[in-house]
Amino acid sequence: MAEIVSLAEAVERAIHDGDAVAMEGFTHLIPFAAGQEVIRQRRRDLTLIRMTPDLIYDQLIGAGCARKLIFSWGGNPGVGSLHRFRDAVEHSWPVPLEIEEHSHAGMANRYVAGASGIPFAVLRGYNGTGLGTLNGGGGPVPTIKPIRCPFTGETLTAVSALRPDVAVIHAQRADRTGNVQLWGITGVQKEAVLASARSVVTVEEIVDELDPRPGAVVLPGWTVTFVAQARGGAHPSYALGYSIRDNDYYVAWDAIARDRETFTRWLDEQVYVGRS
Amino acid sequence: MTYTADEMMTVSAARALRDGMTCFVGIGLPSSAANLARATHAPSLVLIYESGTIGAKPDRLPLSIGDGMLAETADAVVSVPEIFNYWLQPGRIDVGFLGAAQIDKFGNINTTVIGGDYGSPKVRLPGAGGAPEIAASCREVIVVVRQHHRSFVERVDFVTSVGYGSGRGDRERLGLTGSGPKKIITDLGVLEPDPETLEFTLTGLYPGVSASAAKERTGWDLSIAADPEIIAAPTPAELDALRRFQGTHARSHH
Repeated sequence: MAEIVSLAEAVERAIHDGDAVAMEGFTHLIPFAAGQEVIRQRRRDLTLIRMTPDLIYDQLIGAGCARKLIFSWGGNPGVGSLHRFRDAVEHSWPVPLEIEEHSHAGMANRYVAGASGIPFAVLRGYNGTGLGTLNGGGGPVPTIKPIRCPFTGETLTAVSALRPDVAVIHAQRADRTGNVQLWGITGVQKEAVLASARSVVTVEEIVDELDPRPGAVVLPGWTVTFVAQARGGAHPSYALGYSIRDNDYYVAWDAIARDRETFTRWLDEQVYVGRS
Repeated sequence: MTYTADEMMTVSAARALRDGMTCFVGIGLPSSAANLARATHAPSLVLIYESGTIGAKPDRLPLSIGDGMLAETADAVVSVPEIFNYWLQPGRIDVGFLGAAQIDKFGNINTTVIGGDYGSPKVRLPGAGGAPEIAASCREVIVVVRQHHRSFVERVDFVTSVGYGSGRGDRERLGLTGSGPKKIITDLGVLEPDPETLEFTLTGLYPGVSASAAKERTGWDLSIAADPEIIAAPTPAELDALRRFQGTHARSHH
């Protein structure tokens, strides 16, 4: 059964320097409050795993928490670049960032393999692309390999399983025994939690009973390590039924993140001081 | 009515979609065009976004592929592994609608790195997202991208998504099940693959755009079809619908 604790305690106990951490939520339900708590607790040398690094990892990367990023699309959706991510890759600021890059389908299948307890997943993908070809030539993505189907002889692609130390997600609700319920765009969060050794789930509210919702994913409390209430914890992304996406924040982030000084000031004023 | 080059491009791209098609939509220009098509001549167009929303019916332009409006108006919302494995990979989707940062004469797309080498690029772009599998598995692909000699190149710096590789036979050799890019729709006109070589050739121009202007804004030696079609200017109805959408988009994030 999940322990219901404060967000600070959940991060303190679940996430350690050097861990591989997957904070998931596909545009919807991105666990920003938890990400900023990790910055506040000054975790270092993390391997950050996420399909779309989005602003949450731009913040963590800029704050120097990450040693490595495993991802599939690193932009500010509808706006442009993630400037802190680019500065780390192009200029090693504030610290060098190793990257391991996949397509969305590759990342999604890697989580599926991790959740399924098998070492790899198979997909029809990567053939002819730079990520696939470079690998054949000793390229930069050791987790992508061609594989021959034992039944048809076709060449497909194997991607190795993701087995993070910790998954971090945000959900709409949990009950008092730590059963978690999320709905709307559910992304890859179920797979991320089941693939990981530990998990932290922040929720909008903790309720006595989870009444059914159409299309909801339910994670039984015994699959979750910590639940912490963090109302608005997905902001500037959103929690369907509780909040709407703050598109203005995504647009405004471009100017904050573009410059090291404005970003550092943002960190000091919005993250290190108090709770945002 | 006067109109901008971007409006002409979006209208032209919308016209490429037929009613009743299923369309896997990338964000940005492709999303504007697909939504315009659904608002005008293709009300039964099925919009599918990689966030897992199937049959989304947005009434304003989403800023991201995960906007709540997409989930709330969809026929079905599925997980991300499911949208790629069950819906895209088997070739169920008629058309993939993609953008590009760099594209070459065989329609290969780069959204990964420009300049330098992969390990130390001059410019780091967002990366692959859903595009490689959209380009591989949709029955056909349409690319919507502004034309510039630096982004329309002989050979992309990095193949993020495969068009025709290095020419005829490559898609079959690579085992890609979709038939590949059928049109590149730009702010100057339309390029289509030569039936023999599969090299992209200028086959359509917007009113007032010259073939020599299109050649100047192409980084490879662009072939021009014998008699390029002059594509009709946007109708007032198309412009009204597009501006109504873009107005709501502007209001939704400013």
